[in-house]
Amino acid sequence: MKTLRFLLEKEFRQIFRDPAILRMMFIMPVIQLIILPLAANYEVRNVKLAVVDLDHSSYSRQLVNKIKSSGYFLLTGFSPSFDEAFKQVELDQADIILEIPANFEKTLVRENKAGLFMAVNAINGVKASIGSSYLNTIIRDYNQEVRLQWIQLPKFNNEPRIQTTSSNWFNVHMNYQKFMVPGILVILLTLVGAFLTAANIVKEKEIGTIEQINVTPVKKVYFILGKLIPFWIMGQLVLTIGMIIGRVIYGIVPSGNIGLIYLFSSVYLLAVLGLGLLISAYVHTQQQAMLIAFFLLMIFILMGGLYTSIESMPEWAQIVTRFNPVTYFIDVMRMVVLKGSRLKDILPHLGIIAIFAVVLNSWAVLAYKKRS
Amino acid sequence: MKQFIAFVKKEFYHIWRDKQTLLILFGMPIAQIMIFGFALTNEVKNAKIAVLDPSKDIASTTLTQRIDASRYFDIMINLQTQAEIEDAFREGKIKLAIIYPQRFREDLMQSNTTTIQFIADASDPNTATTLTSYANAIVQDYQQELEGKSKLPYTIQTDMRMLYNPQLKGAYNFVPGVMAMILLLVCTLMTSIAIVREKERGTMEILLASPLKPILVIVAKAVPYLVLSMVNIASILLLSVFVLELPIVGSLPLLIGESILFTITSLTLGLLISSITASQQVAMLISLVGMFLPTLMFSGFMFPIENMPIPLQVISNAVPAKWYFYIVKAVMIKGLGIGAILKETLILAGMTVFLLGLSIKKYKIRLA
Repeated sequence: MKTLRFLLEKEFRQIFRDPAILRMMFIMPVIQLIILPLAANYEVRNVKLAVVDLDHSSYSRQLVNKIKSSGYFLLTGFSPSFDEAFKQVELDQADIILEIPANFEKTLVRENKAGLFMAVNAINGVKASIGSSYLNTIIRDYNQEVRLQWIQLPKFNNEPRIQTTSSNWFNVHMNYQKFMVPGILVILLTLVGAFLTAANIVKEKEIGTIEQINVTPVKKVYFILGKLIPFWIMGQLVLTIGMIIGRVIYGIVPSGNIGLIYLFSSVYLLAVLGLGLLISAYVHTQQQAMLIAFFLLMIFILMGGLYTSIESMPEWAQIVTRFNPVTYFIDVMRMVVLKGSRLKDILPHLGIIAIFAVVLNSWAVLAYKKRS
Repeated sequence: MKQFIAFVKKEFYHIWRDKQTLLILFGMPIAQIMIFGFALTNEVKNAKIAVLDPSKDIASTTLTQRIDASRYFDIMINLQTQAEIEDAFREGKIKLAIIYPQRFREDLMQSNTTTIQFIADASDPNTATTLTSYANAIVQDYQQELEGKSKLPYTIQTDMRMLYNPQLKGAYNFVPGVMAMILLLVCTLMTSIAIVREKERGTMEILLASPLKPILVIVAKAVPYLVLSMVNIASILLLSVFVLELPIVGSLPLLIGESILFTITSLTLGLLISSITASQQVAMLISLVGMFLPTLMFSGFMFPIENMPIPLQVISNAVPAKWYFYIVKAVMIKGLGIGAILKETLILAGMTVFLLGLSIKKYKIRLA
């Protein structure tokens, strides 16, 4: 026990000796946590629409006005021809082209039906499908208005009609920040924790000071614990600062018990730090450590369920995400912060992360060799 | 010149000696393009939902079957009581709950109107909106079927064409984005660490004391990474064409030229970081923790930039990946020529010159 205390003292001194790293560890997550959630918004709004009106009738004008007033579209202007409008799409100045053919109004009135043409920039498939469905809905509504002008629909609806109502639970105002802030906090915590521990032992290898530790009677477990505990404390500090920022700037108050978050993070940090230690036990230079850590973390983060939903992934990718610790913490954060889940709801997640922590750390202890 | 080549050679030896790094360096982009090309999609599919159906009549079961059969939904649980709804959400099992009224079919046939309730888990607002609208669409379809194919007068038909990506594949958006991320982060990280390592070990002094000009010493460090990046560009492009079936519509030389330009921008960014830091740990903290998320978020491939608050839109202009992402989309997918991306190319070139100038100015060739 005494050995551990001395080791801890050494590690803390080492950390505090380098104010540059200390600053980075805290300032970078803070700045990112303040700025990035503002940028994270999937909502499709301000779809840029180029209109090619070849009809110039009162109907076409009515339709365009209706689209304009919907609030979802930004009219980039009227183009004289489809080719002109297509140039705008090529330069990203327009997302959707709506072409109203000549004699649109006349055809509609005389032949009972008329066509419109819509071309959508579909490089971003989601934006394309949502934007075009907005436009379709507006056109359908307009269609209904036109019909009402010409025919009297019966007052009593003799067709069966299914109405739907929808409600949004846990986040009534559909606030994206409530969704993003806890997620981004998890990512920052993971980045800081894994990178620093991955680089730590390797640094001693590179400078050669690891020799000095290897010739002491310090047990491997103590050595690893000595590396683990300081960063574990740092991690909890980063988490606390992050939670304060979430509360002060974004007004996010966890609806569940905040203790659950700390309970989970204390196990989670062990797992993440264990991963870092494991990496550093196998590599020889900090550069290698960074590359491996970067490789794993990029996959963990992008497949963590924050940016894209896990259910949409193909089967094999969903299996991969089960081995991704980030997934579990993001899920738990969301459950506790937004849904007010209780201990029994997050217990399965906690169990899995505990297994991660035990496996990774014992592996790290085994992999660390005192002889070269 | 001969001396310079000798230095470049030395750097190559450094990299070559470290087989482990080399393997990761080449393997990483391949693995990532594969994973993201296949696994990442913004689309919402197979969302788990719960159904509470007290009526269990022919209409409600048909509708439920329709919903289950669609590729968007997977029915996980059949609930029995209202009270179970909240628990199902809390446990995180479901994203949407569908609640039928007591007598669905009877209401529908007798009073001609009935109401279905959707409850969405809006802790993820994006998925909530999407799922609700998908569910609505299925209900609408079912209703139209009930109404029969009565022909309505004065119908506006909309003909729709999806440009560039008719199947709405996620890869069209993600491949250019991941390309930008990998090139930027790998180059920045590798150069900054390579230089700072020499500083940390003290070997930088030896290099600076050599007859070669200090600036050339630094440039010689970046050259091998430029070559390695070109190999990466090649493997990424080959994979996206042959495995992800993403066509290169525009000119290949132009695309490669722009990629080299972007690589050089990233390398100069690495040079700048290395000139202002003294330890490898700080260098990598800046180049990874500091740049990972901003690159991801401000390049425009995850979140539409036009939805961000104005100050952030301004900030996004400083992110090189944003311009490269635009260029790759324009050349690779839209097939445009140099004329359409002149502005973006000049911005990248300008950034490179600026970063290079700044790092030369900041570089201390004498010991403090």
